[in-house]
Amino acid sequence: MSAPLLRVTGLKKHFPVHRGLPSRVVGQVYAVDGVSFDIARGETLCLVGESGCGKSTVAKTVMRLLAPTAGTVALDGVDISRMGEAQLRAHRRQMQIVFQDPYSSLNPYLSAGAIVSEPLTNFELASGQELEQRVASLFERVGLRVDAVKKYPHEFSGGQRQRLGIARALAVKPSLIVADEPVSALDVSVQAQVLNLLIDLQEEFGLAYLFVSHDLAVVEHIGHRVAVMYLGRIVELAGNADLFGAALHPYSEALLAAAPVPDPELRRERMVLQGDVPSPMAPPPGCHFHTRCPYARERCRTETPPLQEVKPAHWVACHLRPVGGPFGQLTR
Amino acid sequence: MAAVITAAVPAASSSLDWIRRNPTIVIGSTILGLFVAIALIAPWIAGDPLSFDPLNRLKRPSKEFWFGTDQFGRDVFSRVVYGTRISLIVGVSVAVIATVTGLLVGVLCGYYRRLDDIVMRVMDGLMAIPAILLAIALITLMKASLLIVVIAISIPEIPRVVRLVRSVVLSVRGLPYIEAAVASGARSRIIMTRHILPSTVAPLVVQSTYVCASAILIEAGLSFLGAGTPPEIPSWGNVISLGRAFFQISPWIIFFPGLMLAIAVLAINLVGDGLRDSLDPRIARRM
Repeated sequence: MSAPLLRVTGLKKHFPVHRGLPSRVVGQVYAVDGVSFDIARGETLCLVGESGCGKSTVAKTVMRLLAPTAGTVALDGVDISRMGEAQLRAHRRQMQIVFQDPYSSLNPYLSAGAIVSEPLTNFELASGQELEQRVASLFERVGLRVDAVKKYPHEFSGGQRQRLGIARALAVKPSLIVADEPVSALDVSVQAQVLNLLIDLQEEFGLAYLFVSHDLAVVEHIGHRVAVMYLGRIVELAGNADLFGAALHPYSEALLAAAPVPDPELRRERMVLQGDVPSPMAPPPGCHFHTRCPYARERCRTETPPLQEVKPAHWVACHLRPVGGPFGQLTR
Repeated sequence: MAAVITAAVPAASSSLDWIRRNPTIVIGSTILGLFVAIALIAPWIAGDPLSFDPLNRLKRPSKEFWFGTDQFGRDVFSRVVYGTRISLIVGVSVAVIATVTGLLVGVLCGYYRRLDDIVMRVMDGLMAIPAILLAIALITLMKASLLIVVIAISIPEIPRVVRLVRSVVLSVRGLPYIEAAVASGARSRIIMTRHILPSTVAPLVVQSTYVCASAILIEAGLSFLGAGTPPEIPSWGNVISLGRAFFQISPWIIFFPGLMLAIAVLAINLVGDGLRDSLDPRIARRM
């Protein structure tokens, strides 16, 4: 088998915290603390977790909008994590990003046509009439009227703006699109349209997605595999059906239990977590989740559990879930 | 909706509408236009501002001498008309020099943070120099001329523009559309000119009108102190300065140039305020 499209190994991103005058580094925010995963061509990997767990930082570091503190990001077998900006530019064509906020991610001073044609111009892929034609076909493809090229971002609705952002990402025919919460700023009805557009585009162009989201319903709809993040680490990585059917990590279990179910008759046993997420400036030792885990044992407080393949294609980082099972209900 | 409404209204009334919505710009630029016209046609409407006429010293305003005459019998009207040229030249050149330099330095500082640490300290230093002291120093070092005055006024104005531009750049550079530009392969030059520069234009235009107005005032102040434009050039400040000794018996010598100065500065500030309101999208869209 050839190398996966994207292979992230031991990725770390720490942000130094400055304080005082003259400013000194008084600590680090461990936003991403050793994250590894692969994405194959045409695959959607969803990254879920609550706010502040580092999922957007992973997205931005993979895109090299942030420089990683440690670890490697290999795109098509080429490590881009240490490249200089000039060298990196050639590889940027292969991966594009769609942002969460459809308002601040489009330059308000440029027309829609200029926004979508910019990547093509930057990489000198098209000019003149050919450029116009390609922009027009991109507009058509994402479901925007072709005569909207002359409009400015403020003349579009949120959903249309997000389509514009998708058209911009699609322009250079990337093989990977990093989608950083692309639908969480949209209405539910518009969310479905944009998600279906993303799915259609994936089938048509064989795109791979790194899809960051906190919305489990969205993830269930679009994901092939799901990685659950907690406090800068991946705690569980499994196929869609496996994760939503039989989550093994206590945190995933709690996350799934917290998702609303559109059935008023259904009575579920809720697993409600106590306390808050610890500060990423001072993550707890051992398993990051032990402070809130109802099943925590002595070992969890001291020893960091590795992410292990406990079942085929199902990876979990938990001492209570050894390789090979048992996979039953955990006890307190 | 909006498009339908504008289409139904004839073009003439929409420009009338614009005037009604921006009265300060219209009033300010009309007065400014008058000043520019006066400056341009000065040789045809005014006599020689320098010729002495000892027989007509300190005459009060009359049909012959509209603004009266000074202690050498020079026609105050001619001097004030020619002074318009000096003031406008100083105001506009200081505004252009300060804006262009400030924009360049400000964008670079906001974008390259290492440069910023050094350059902003230099700017802090420049800001601490009072324009008047700098002008006096420059003029004692070099021969007094209009150019020296313009340079002396520009230097302390530059840091103000730099700070404004830099603050806009800093607020824009963290926005996702800049990250999107990086991701889509834009080089630094493109990011600065295409994505950052446009956001600085509106505040910069407004700031440049204020710089222009304050330059005219500072020039008059310097001339009044005798540290500005050489005395043979009839700038408003010089006229006022010479008239000061006689202002109790012939107040018209300082009244008219003072009035022109006030009107010119008011007009420029009106334009600036109007532009600020109409260029700010948050205010403009509501109207």
